[in-house]
Amino acid sequence: MSNGPFRGRTRLSSSALLVLLLGIAVAVQMPQTVHAQEPTPSDDEVNRIAHQLYCPVCENTPLDVCPTEACRQWRDLIRRQLAEGWSESRIQQYFVDQYGARVLAEPPRTGLNWLVYILPPLIILAGVVMLFRSLRAWTVPDLEETQKNAQEKPSASQADAPSDTYVARLEDELKKRS
Amino acid sequence: MLAEIGYGILVVAFVTAIYSVAAAVYGDRTRSAGAVESARRAMLLLWPLITLSAAMLIYLLISNHFEVTFVYEVTSRSMPTYLRITAWWGGQAGSLVFWSWLMAAFALLVMLRKWDRDREFLPWVIIVTSVTTAFFLGLVVFVENPFSRYWQTSTGEIVTSMFSPANAAVFYPADGRGLNPLLRHPGMIFHPPMLYLGFVSFVIPFAFAIAALVTGRSDDRWIRLTRRWTLWAWLFLSFGLVLGSRWAYDVLGWGGFWGWDPVEIAALMPWLTGTAFLHSVMIQEKRGLLKQWNMLLIILTYALVIFGTFLTRSGVLSSVHAFAQSAIGPAFFAFIGITFITSIALLIYRWPELRSETELKSMLSREALFLLNNLLFMSVLVVCFWGVIFPLISELVTGQKVTVGPPFYNRATAPLFASLMLLMGIAPLSAWGISSIRTLGRLMWKSIALALLITAFLFVTYTRNALALIGLFLVAFVLLITLQEFSRAARARMRAQGESFFTALWTLFGRDPRRYGGYIIHISMMLMAIGLLGINFFQTETQGTLAVGDSISLGDYRVQYKSIAQFMGPDNQQVTRAVLDVYDTKGAFLGELHPRIDLYFGADTNGDGFPDSEESAQPMTIPGQRATLRDDLYVILLPWESTSPAAASFKIYMNPLVNWLWIGSLVFLLGILIAAWPRREAGSAPVRVRSVQRSDGSQSSTTD
Repeated sequence: MSNGPFRGRTRLSSSALLVLLLGIAVAVQMPQTVHAQEPTPSDDEVNRIAHQLYCPVCENTPLDVCPTEACRQWRDLIRRQLAEGWSESRIQQYFVDQYGARVLAEPPRTGLNWLVYILPPLIILAGVVMLFRSLRAWTVPDLEETQKNAQEKPSASQADAPSDTYVARLEDELKKRS
Repeated sequence: MLAEIGYGILVVAFVTAIYSVAAAVYGDRTRSAGAVESARRAMLLLWPLITLSAAMLIYLLISNHFEVTFVYEVTSRSMPTYLRITAWWGGQAGSLVFWSWLMAAFALLVMLRKWDRDREFLPWVIIVTSVTTAFFLGLVVFVENPFSRYWQTSTGEIVTSMFSPANAAVFYPADGRGLNPLLRHPGMIFHPPMLYLGFVSFVIPFAFAIAALVTGRSDDRWIRLTRRWTLWAWLFLSFGLVLGSRWAYDVLGWGGFWGWDPVEIAALMPWLTGTAFLHSVMIQEKRGLLKQWNMLLIILTYALVIFGTFLTRSGVLSSVHAFAQSAIGPAFFAFIGITFITSIALLIYRWPELRSETELKSMLSREALFLLNNLLFMSVLVVCFWGVIFPLISELVTGQKVTVGPPFYNRATAPLFASLMLLMGIAPLSAWGISSIRTLGRLMWKSIALALLITAFLFVTYTRNALALIGLFLVAFVLLITLQEFSRAARARMRAQGESFFTALWTLFGRDPRRYGGYIIHISMMLMAIGLLGINFFQTETQGTLAVGDSISLGDYRVQYKSIAQFMGPDNQQVTRAVLDVYDTKGAFLGELHPRIDLYFGADTNGDGFPDSEESAQPMTIPGQRATLRDDLYVILLPWESTSPAAASFKIYMNPLVNWLWIGSLVFLLGILIAAWPRREAGSAPVRVRSVQRSDGSQSSTTD
């Protein structure tokens, strides 16, 4: 049984050798191709666009980090498209046309999709209004206490020299807790 | 035989949980103390029963019983024993047993407490915890049975069933599929239990809240009883999130730790409501405000805990079809719906009795600021929930699949988190009751001035990015204010009691651990914020294919490809490890990095001693990292490109400040341990004395 992985390794090593040979072959071929045509876009240029697209197959995986073979081919496609002078928006549109809006990191701002952008701010705004109204309803202006507080407050900065009020309140809180 | 016994015990546990519910309901209705005690004892029995069943499952996992489908799915002969044990929560069926086991453990702890003062709560706490446990046990008994086995029928067909179909014999695969390699990381061994502990422990405050609603106890007794449970729940949930992030950073190989994936968000949502709850209960304790709101928050937290369990476990919310095909999806949604609607109906019924006892004295009081804090947490929740749900709605309505990814969440939540940071600075200064802009201004101006100076320094020396500078200003502001609060309180004690500075600090932590532990947590959050700002604003990356001896530069680093080797790892995985030398811009050698690809082979189910298929081998990308306080150099050996001395492809990230996130998480642990450390309950906590209106119309006096 323990031979299993080792046999797998041997097989894999053969595969790796094959990949290596193919890689060397491609590497030998590449400069000729490059010299013959446009300069090959760098990995970083490809990734910059791939990062904004999502794998049409895997869930929530940006194209630049997706390890699947399909995504590797899509990155090669982006490289070819860049080499042919395609703009970023044209490449994005190509992928949307081919695989649908799900390849975009955000829903396009059309039709029902507007809801994703509009609803949260509306709910949050409603929350703010409700909170403000509740606070106003709950707040009672206690003039007497305000005046009393104002009289108790020392003129010196409390941060510099803690007032007796602060000391008293702190001690009171610590007593309650202990 | 062991599988049948394990399953049989689960059935007994399920029946016990149902009996517990029935006896508690009967006991409450008929005022029968005997029936309630019987229900309590049934609850006490649950944990030993599930433990026994789980022990059998673990035995099956570690002893290669691949005829059990769950064992086949999550283990293989090549896996070490500790991973076979942790595989218990590595698959859906096992993790549902694990959830039930934790729930039963927490229920046991609650049942063992003294109930003399709160006897009226007991039946309803039993009902809620038993119903929750029964639901999860019901799932494993009827839907996701971890003990079901493979059977070979007379026609040669392999079927899955708990008991033998007609003319069938047990089928024994020679090997299992093995645990997904991504789940073999230490982070993933501890992350799910931590997250589940957080989920489960939030059920306890919910159970007490429901008990308070049913019995009509409108005071804050339920909050006081569950204060420490809530803190521990929050600790577990928070640490579960941090461990999950670290796992993603170390294993997923995309240079980050948080991708706003629905599964991540599912774990974050109960944390958001839980954090809001943790703050707002303080207002109820102190001022008798927000009773209705606190009830709503804990009800929401419970619903999100169940929702989070479902989503983290199944991940099927990504597609309507996947959801419809999921065996547990409809059951989960029915349970969430029923419990949520029932709880809300109960809350509406008790609404008038839960009115606030006092009024706010100022819009700038700590109560008001805490309310604003709650609003902000709920706003983040709205963004998260809507972002997770919207793709489903879009697919249902228009048939169009869409992705709601990081740009949406970052844009929507950044201002909300920034506002929360601002509040974290202001709120500790505002007094309970009343506060004015002048008072706050007087206390804050020095910290604001110093934070502005720090920001100006960073503008000159570090970044010109306006949004990053705003974030860094807020971090500096909150840190300074928090330190100022420590200093102010310590100096006040020095003046009043004549203590030394350190004795005064020690006294503060000892006497009011919740507040001062809370301030440590605020400091930890700011350290984490530094890491978040660093990776979000300053992350850079590059990719290149190198031959041995070639170099690639990024920022202040130059990385040189030195060598590559292939060998077998301790878990029988094939390791391809590159060695890279790291130099700074002046050419000084800084150290070596070892990014690697671990290849885990598929199962050998036909028993020929070899993996069934090379294609089933799963790669795991382990980055090479050089971590400093300034940045993290993070190098990945790309698994989808060739890996040889002649050409290996590397992706290099420079993640500035990211390690402050992990440092902050350790400080967070310290803070929450201080805040939640068990100590003698304050017998003298006479905050307020008031009358309590009971559901039966009687009135009694209570001292909090």
